[in-house]
Amino acid sequence: MKAIYKRELKAYFTSPLGYIVTLIYVLMGGVVFTILFSNGSAELSTLFSIMYTFTLFLMPVLTMRLFSDELRMKTDQALFTAPVKIGSIVMGKYFAALTVFLLANSLTIVYQLVFSAYVSVEWLVYFDNVIGSLLLASALISIGLFISSLTESQMTAAMGSMSVSIVLMFIDMLGSYIDSNILSTVVNWLSFSGRYNTFIVGIVDYANIAFFLSITAIFLFLTVRVQEKRRWS
Amino acid sequence: MIEVANLTKRYGSHLAVDNISFTVKDGEILGFLGPNGAGKSTTMNMITGYLSATSGTISVAGYDILDNPDEAKRHIGYLPEHPPLYRDMTVREYLNFIYELKKTRLPREPHIDEICRLVKITDVAGRVIKHLSKGYQQRVGIAQALIGNPDVLILDEPTVGLDPVQIIEIRKLIGHLGKNHTVILSSHILSEIQAVCSRVIVINSGKIIADGAPDDLSRNLSEVNSVLVRVQGPENEVKKLLSTIAGVSKVTPMGRRERNAYEFAVEVAGKNDIRQEMFRRLSDRNWPILLMRPNELTLEEIFIRLVDGTIDASVLDTIKPMADDSDKAKALEAVNDAVGEIERPLGAPNEGEDK
Repeated sequence: MKAIYKRELKAYFTSPLGYIVTLIYVLMGGVVFTILFSNGSAELSTLFSIMYTFTLFLMPVLTMRLFSDELRMKTDQALFTAPVKIGSIVMGKYFAALTVFLLANSLTIVYQLVFSAYVSVEWLVYFDNVIGSLLLASALISIGLFISSLTESQMTAAMGSMSVSIVLMFIDMLGSYIDSNILSTVVNWLSFSGRYNTFIVGIVDYANIAFFLSITAIFLFLTVRVQEKRRWS
Repeated sequence: MIEVANLTKRYGSHLAVDNISFTVKDGEILGFLGPNGAGKSTTMNMITGYLSATSGTISVAGYDILDNPDEAKRHIGYLPEHPPLYRDMTVREYLNFIYELKKTRLPREPHIDEICRLVKITDVAGRVIKHLSKGYQQRVGIAQALIGNPDVLILDEPTVGLDPVQIIEIRKLIGHLGKNHTVILSSHILSEIQAVCSRVIVINSGKIIADGAPDDLSRNLSEVNSVLVRVQGPENEVKKLLSTIAGVSKVTPMGRRERNAYEFAVEVAGKNDIRQEMFRRLSDRNWPILLMRPNELTLEEIFIRLVDGTIDASVLDTIKPMADDSDKAKALEAVNDAVGEIERPLGAPNEGEDK
């Protein structure tokens, strides 16, 4: 797993991909921070709230080539004929993408430190925000990884994962229009943003943690299955 | 070292590999020979654990590839048909990655250095793979297979796309590696197999159609004794004359080769030597012989006939060697291979010779 993780992480930063994603997060963070700072606000939660949509559409970019490129370049033959379990290959790729997300958002701690120099900030809420954003990214990465393992084309993979993100947005919009109790319960249960926002306001709900972790686990498992099945077909 | 039993691979209704069994002994260099799509790569992919078999078992160094995949894979170095290279990495980075991927325990730097020296990529170790020529990329592919010093090397068409000089070098390298590795090598070029392998398995449509030492494969088919002759003279009349020579069973015109000169494949029944008679008869008519040589079946021709089903595998014992050992001939052979001799119809005119 370590070898895959290191290679993937390096690959992100030998291609423009890792830099572009990082740059977008840093730019967004910088703009929001400047606005907050000049308005005399120290509510970094605003940044994490805006980050939601960015994450929804940047994670597919991060995951699109993880497996599809291996399939296209036939490098998967090296991976799957090495004495390595498929599970650890998948995990290596997953953690590499998650690391890029973490790096791209590592500047938020600098913003928080700057704020803390002026006012007393709520560190717990900050960490809650960080955990929420990581869990969201984790779920989206595992979905993207799964979709990437289905196709040889990174464009198709990107489009597929973006579609999932769009559906997730629609689900949130639908939630407010539905009268039916049962349906709105289902829609609210599925809503990524609803669950994410509880983290933003500083509430640690274990159900939400479990939800994102389950999504992650399910799609990582499915990715492993897809790769196993490929050998049998 | 490698045991394959009743191996079958089915893609939907297509039977890619059809119930093949063979064993490869320690230190053997086995050539897998067959036309494209014969099932060579599929078989290799199954031996290396990349694909799963529909049925049958494979064990490498005593480990079943399904039950003990990690142990079995540790003993295999694999060069797939397309070398699995990460094009954005440098050669060194890539080999380091493979070293870690294979969980190699040998001392890293000396081990990788040694492999680079062996496949002669030390000079390009710092370069990005996508900027390397095809030949170097192929070598990096071989280097990748060698990492971890596995007992078994499985090389799928290791010389495809290389120039003649590179082909000879890679063959030498494989011969060298064969001294302390068990090697399976696939090719659709016979002379390649003949040059490096101690044993050949001919595979077609997923079935083994011949299995034996290349020397056995290279003994002449005694029934088909044929002479190739190039004569300056009118084509039809020469043909008529040749047909009347006692012992000639068939004359096949091969077309014009030089100004006013035509080539004929003259098949002789039994062991008759008709060359002297042919010389006298043609000289009587004042039709000079520009070239005459025994038209022995080359391995290429035998191969095509085997695959066509024109000859039975049982006659393989009676086929004669075609290549001589001089380096010049080898180089020439390699050139021919590189231009895909096998795709050229038998005896078809060589381009340029006509002009």
